[in-house]
Amino acid sequence: MANLGTEQNPLLVAIVGSGPSGFYAAEALIKSEFEVNVDIIERLPSPYGLVRSGVAPDHPKLKTAINLYKKIADDPHFNLIANVTVGRDISIEDLRKTHHAVILTYGAETDRKLGVPGEDLKGSHTATEFVGWYNGHPDYRELEFDLSQDTAVIIGQGNVAADVSRILSKTVDELKHTDIAQHALDVLAESKLKEIHVIGRRGPAQAKFTPKELREFGELSDCNPIILEEDLQLNDESKKELEEKTNVTNRKVYDQFCEYSKRELDSSKSKKCFFRFLMGPQEIIGNNQIEKLILEKNELSGEPFKQSAKGTNETIEINTGILFRSIGYHGIPMPGVPFHESWGTIPNEKGRVTENDGAVVEQLYTGGWIKRGPSGIIGTNRACSVETVTNLLNDIEKLNTETKKHGAKEIYSKLDSKNVRHINFAEWSQIDTKEIEHGEPKGKPREKYTSIEEMLSVIK
Amino acid sequence: MTTIVTDNCKGCRFTDCVSVCPVACFHYDDEMLYIDPDVCIDCSACLPECPVQAIYELDDLPEDKEHWIEINAEKAAELPVIEEQIEPLPGAEERKAELGL
Repeated sequence: MANLGTEQNPLLVAIVGSGPSGFYAAEALIKSEFEVNVDIIERLPSPYGLVRSGVAPDHPKLKTAINLYKKIADDPHFNLIANVTVGRDISIEDLRKTHHAVILTYGAETDRKLGVPGEDLKGSHTATEFVGWYNGHPDYRELEFDLSQDTAVIIGQGNVAADVSRILSKTVDELKHTDIAQHALDVLAESKLKEIHVIGRRGPAQAKFTPKELREFGELSDCNPIILEEDLQLNDESKKELEEKTNVTNRKVYDQFCEYSKRELDSSKSKKCFFRFLMGPQEIIGNNQIEKLILEKNELSGEPFKQSAKGTNETIEINTGILFRSIGYHGIPMPGVPFHESWGTIPNEKGRVTENDGAVVEQLYTGGWIKRGPSGIIGTNRACSVETVTNLLNDIEKLNTETKKHGAKEIYSKLDSKNVRHINFAEWSQIDTKEIEHGEPKGKPREKYTSIEEMLSVIK
Repeated sequence: MTTIVTDNCKGCRFTDCVSVCPVACFHYDDEMLYIDPDVCIDCSACLPECPVQAIYELDDLPEDKEHWIEINAEKAAELPVIEEQIEPLPGAEERKAELGL
């Protein structure tokens, strides 16, 4: 065959997952010096992954990243094949036959477990479930969250924990003009929560919040942020961490905690959001339903920036009926692709998929959270996908084949033979338009369809 | 709200920020970078990347740097976009050391 990546023989790449990492990989391929056709395969009828169903509804500006993804999708070398599950409707082996290369950017779908007794009691939830539910993700629409409790606990102090606790702390008035799912708004309207406890394993100098998201807690219309002054005591190692000139983020976060601890309680506000440190869950107690959480107090040990939390055997209890764990996501394996069980990622060398022993698997590449683990924010994935695509394009000579590949055309005939309904970008755009129309009378940027059937019924 | 590049970038232009920007909102000239406030989505991914702490969120912008809001908007409108990291300016490391970083 002619050189790969030319007009006579374009490089055909299938990307699995249409979140930010998938789009950034597509962008890097399309903008490269080579002729490339990209097919992004998405499980849902809707693209954009966590920008649509992860980013909190009250952070609309972050979601405008979608404007860039729309521009990428406009390119004639871009094609969306949505409502198709790789591993069920079509296999990785199929994609290796239809395309020269496959990039796996399907993210990290499940939560890590706490690993304590009582974790599976009623009322114990994952942050993923709650986030998916308030964002109208079809997988989570049927879930129930009992907010008739007076106290909720969130385990974790990262950006997802901040989103979950902020949504629980807000009033309906603060949320009703966002794209939050209507079913979530209805349940939140009946919330009886008075106290929200956000629990960190380590201290106030190590919390993973960003200064900006922490500041939002000081601006809530019906909730006081609360930090006990004694909880802000630091050991010498933590003081050294905050004195380090480059550690701007933690210093700002700590200063914000200090400001909250000095604030006078605004008694006109009905809720309290407590930030608590140096404790970890030991046991969740209840009969059918959570009644109580037992936390073990921790202490820090180790060098500055390498301190880890260790239990002290001293415990405290919080009476609570609802708990959310937000201690990190975990990827799930894809049939036909190597997987690192304990990390929850696909083993790889700078984006080239490898076996667990390090041997490179030809044609397979990976990007985003399933490549490097669930860390970083939207933009981090751009650098990550660019690295993967750079390596893929370095391999371009090896990816050439003797016989022609047929790309999307062959995928479509396989899907059609199995009666799998597939959605292209123009069809998704019809759903998109309808969602925006439905939001308008409510003053919302959109009202999302929360079932796949509803989405499909809109397409003409 | 927006995010603003300030004077510490001048003469350094490390461009680490550029590779994590999800929306390609950085613009550049021979001296430094500027953020287009109409394109930036306030994700703050760039802040921790900057080796010379030149980038601020609006809420944290010191008073004596407020004029940079306008400079960013004006310069971004007339200068080309930068989407990939490039070599820092000659003397960037020395300037970083001068800044005590």
